Amino acid sequence: MKAFTYERAHDPVAAARAVAARPGARFIAGGTNLLDLMKIEVETPVHLVDVQDLKLDRIEPTDAGGLRIGALVTNTDLATDSRVRRDYGVLSRAIVAGASGQLRNKATTAGNLLQRTRCAYFYDTNMPCNKRKPGSGCAAIGGISRQLAVIGSSDKCIATHPSDMAVAMRVLDATVETVNAIGETRAIPIADFHRLPGDTPHIETALAPGELITAVTLPKPIGGKHVYEKVRDRASYAFALISVAAVIQPDGTGRVALGGVAHKPWRDEAAEAELPRGAKAVTAKLLAGAKPTHDNAFKLPLAERTLAAAMAEARTTA
Amino acid sequence: MKFETPEGANPIDRMNVVGRAHVRIDGPLKTTGTAPYAYEHHREIANAAYGYVVGAAIGKGRISAIDLTKAKAAPGVVAIVTADTAGKLGKGNFNTVKLLGGPDIDHYHQAIAIVVAETFEQARAAAALIRVDYARAEGRFDLDEALKTAALTGGDSDDGKPAVDRVGQFDQAFAAAPVKLDAHYSTPDQSHAMMEPFASIASWRGDELTVWTSNQMIDWGRGDLAKTLGMPKNKVRLVSPYIGGGFGGKLFLRSDAVLAALGARAAGRPVKLALQRPLIANNTTHRPATRQHIRIGATKDGIITAIAHDSGSGDQPGGGPETAVNQTKKLYAGANRMTSMHLAEIDLPEGNAMRAPGEAPGLMALEIAMDEMAEKLGMDPIAFRIKNDTQVDPEKPGRKYSERQLVRCLEDGAKRFGWSQRNAKPAQVRGGRWLIGMGVATAFRDHMNMTSAARVRLGKGGIVTVETDMTDIGTGSYTIIAQTAAEMMGVPVNAVVVKLGDSDFPVSAGSGGQFGAANATAGVYAACVKLREAVAQRLGFNSADTMFEGGKVRSGNRSADLAQAADAGELVAEDKIEYGKLDKTYQLSTFGAHFVEVGVDAYTGVIRVRRMLAVCAAGRILNPQTARSQVIGAMTMGVGGALMEELTVDTRFGFFVNHDLVGYEVPVHADIPHQEVVFLDEADDKANPMKAKGIGELGLCGVGAAVANAVYNATGVRIRDYPITLDKHLEHLPALV
Repeated sequence: MKAFTYERAHDPVAAARAVAARPGARFIAGGTNLLDLMKIEVETPVHLVDVQDLKLDRIEPTDAGGLRIGALVTNTDLATDSRVRRDYGVLSRAIVAGASGQLRNKATTAGNLLQRTRCAYFYDTNMPCNKRKPGSGCAAIGGISRQLAVIGSSDKCIATHPSDMAVAMRVLDATVETVNAIGETRAIPIADFHRLPGDTPHIETALAPGELITAVTLPKPIGGKHVYEKVRDRASYAFALISVAAVIQPDGTGRVALGGVAHKPWRDEAAEAELPRGAKAVTAKLLAGAKPTHDNAFKLPLAERTLAAAMAEARTTA
Repeated sequence: MKFETPEGANPIDRMNVVGRAHVRIDGPLKTTGTAPYAYEHHREIANAAYGYVVGAAIGKGRISAIDLTKAKAAPGVVAIVTADTAGKLGKGNFNTVKLLGGPDIDHYHQAIAIVVAETFEQARAAAALIRVDYARAEGRFDLDEALKTAALTGGDSDDGKPAVDRVGQFDQAFAAAPVKLDAHYSTPDQSHAMMEPFASIASWRGDELTVWTSNQMIDWGRGDLAKTLGMPKNKVRLVSPYIGGGFGGKLFLRSDAVLAALGARAAGRPVKLALQRPLIANNTTHRPATRQHIRIGATKDGIITAIAHDSGSGDQPGGGPETAVNQTKKLYAGANRMTSMHLAEIDLPEGNAMRAPGEAPGLMALEIAMDEMAEKLGMDPIAFRIKNDTQVDPEKPGRKYSERQLVRCLEDGAKRFGWSQRNAKPAQVRGGRWLIGMGVATAFRDHMNMTSAARVRLGKGGIVTVETDMTDIGTGSYTIIAQTAAEMMGVPVNAVVVKLGDSDFPVSAGSGGQFGAANATAGVYAACVKLREAVAQRLGFNSADTMFEGGKVRSGNRSADLAQAADAGELVAEDKIEYGKLDKTYQLSTFGAHFVEVGVDAYTGVIRVRRMLAVCAAGRILNPQTARSQVIGAMTMGVGGALMEELTVDTRFGFFVNHDLVGYEVPVHADIPHQEVVFLDEADDKANPMKAKGIGELGLCGVGAAVANAVYNATGVRIRDYPITLDKHLEHLPALV
């Protein structure tokens, strides 16, 4: 770990200003990912701006009939909120499918969206990694890639985004609210929030330097059956090989997003139109153009079968 | 005490204390955080500086330049030691590869430096400032490639040359067999992944070195540390009272102890260090991967006439094979037999022992093969195994098994588990979205005799103190040793103090190869026999008929308090258990049967264990509670080996990629369902005076195959390559409706 300076911010704009003013500065909230990465020098911030006092820890109704989730709401508080459980079940289920109770108590809503990939080569500083060290190459391509992306990847990076919560946020059409150093706010649709790796895998989101997430808003509830199916080798505390977030309406229409397949939650509204025709039709469209590796080609049939499981689950639960 | 003939009646047979469930006597210390582990001996060493180990960044090659300038100038740095400054180092007898690399690098994450600083954070930060230039060399990292030209190794030839072990005429018998199986199996490299990392605190006083460490075999570690540092063994003291798991990874001296000692010498003060988790998988040892080939031929009614097993594995130059054919030599009858091993030289980190080396991966293959054979024969897999039971060593039929209750384990287990409910035809049982299957496998592991010594003191108030360098790696050694001394001296367990894991104490068997419990307690038994004589003598009793019970010593109609014998001063006795040739005359082994039920998600192929049962016959069970813990822990490890554990090899860079506990998955609570353990009554009078054998590895042996067979029974898809993950059967699962 490199030595760093630390300050605690007391309002969002000041926090944004503090980070914008110092190249190499980072926000820290729960620290469940950033601190681990700092210890092995995958992340080497020179300055940390602690945002835990910003009072962004409430869940409030919006005028549009949705919910505004403060950036610092913990994963535990979000998953157990009665409104979330009632109206956005897929979000609650996705969150409890991830990490452990201890981590969820500490991890925040914004931090969850910003967690880094779990690609083993990203974690090993002896290995080339374009995400960790731009231009150094990608050791995962041609390496061990069972966990890694099958679609939307590039010849620079085949990492996946590890979050479960983000997959549910994507299926719910959440919006990420931010503020910057001069107090400007913006609302970024979750679809545009995470980027594909392209030639710049180190740039993972639409956030500008120093731009701070203040909240994530959910539109008004859309009803339907909410399902989150997560597939992994062990029963808990493991990242998804494939996950499916689905909201299925009584008429068989609905929404689907996949986790574990790409650098971002993977959703295609055109593919969703195929839902009444079954899982195969949906995944054929959703994963068209996929470029799996030898290690992870199984994710394509697995995605279809997991979606079929989610659809069956939606049919059987009342 | 020399154990040369089968044991008659002895005081342990009373089983007033031994053989009864007893909670761990060290439990309160552990649950209150007051049992000091290797990194925590603050009381003994208050002023330790912190060490941080730097691992090599390449799989094979040379350090062409190393620049310490920035690291030396970093805040808090006290000393840095590399191969350039360490002085001449030897290599331990139990180490294949040197523990401090440079300039030649033998494997990825081989230690190349220790940075010592005032704080841990300073040491870690400075370590990252060391600049190393490497000249990368071509390495042999692909086991399958290396095995193509691998030489034969091992075998029982008289001339000591590698041999194929043969009985009868395998080739002819196999060719003639009406029913046969010819199949290949593989097991991956596995990491011990023990909870406590390798850790040591080293402190020099003049030319004398004390190292608080985490080591299963104190005397081996002491000898190898002395040899590595080029100093007399009697100038080294190793202390390892509590160990947070080892599983064979801590059988040997490792880099933590050597580098702590070198760092402390350079710093001129004590140094503590723990290997950081991401370093452990490649810096230390692992269970080597195997490629196994099994052929079995049988008559139509299921009598094995031919059985052959070859295992290939790889290791660093000078290393050894994973002896995965061990059990096939002895477990089942069959007139024509052939076993062999091939060993490839590779440049991955050093392979070595991990819990039940040999049998664990060997049975993962053999016991699938037995399941496959049973199916070919149209026989129940339990009936097939029973039909081929043997009460003698099939390679040397003159040698009987001292005790062999395998048939009872299988039959008893079948009844308890509800085996009759199993549908022999696979992929028939469905519960909601789950395909359900049952599997069985034999558990088998040899029991080994090891010399083991102990010192026993009778002190004021009748307190009995046991001293031995035996270790407790979470197994319950403290408790069973206390129970043994309590039984022998006729006192309650709480009147016994047990001191372990210190090279100042008599040399014990140590913990490994499931030989620890039986041999270490037998050593304590021997010392207690001597102490009983000393007590009788002190009290003026006739030692031949003296009874020790209820804190009293009785001889004829005379009686005295045991404590009285120490009134005139402490009584001390020391002895060791040594063995004659009983283990040559008889085959000493332990047996069991593992039963597993799994569910396989018909949609996703996800595999989850639903229930498990182990029935074990392993001599006298010294403490059913700690023995049960050993077995359920082993069963859990077996589930990991079956379903998830694999060090993945990057054959380009030459290293284990998933070198942390995110990438290397071991079971979590949610993976482990109801587990049941049954011990059959047994007292093996040919093993030792305790009439006990090992249990800690038996619990693992066969679990993987029982899981694999259950998965097959659930799906009808046979997987012969571990770990059994969903991607290996996904596309062959029954079609979705």
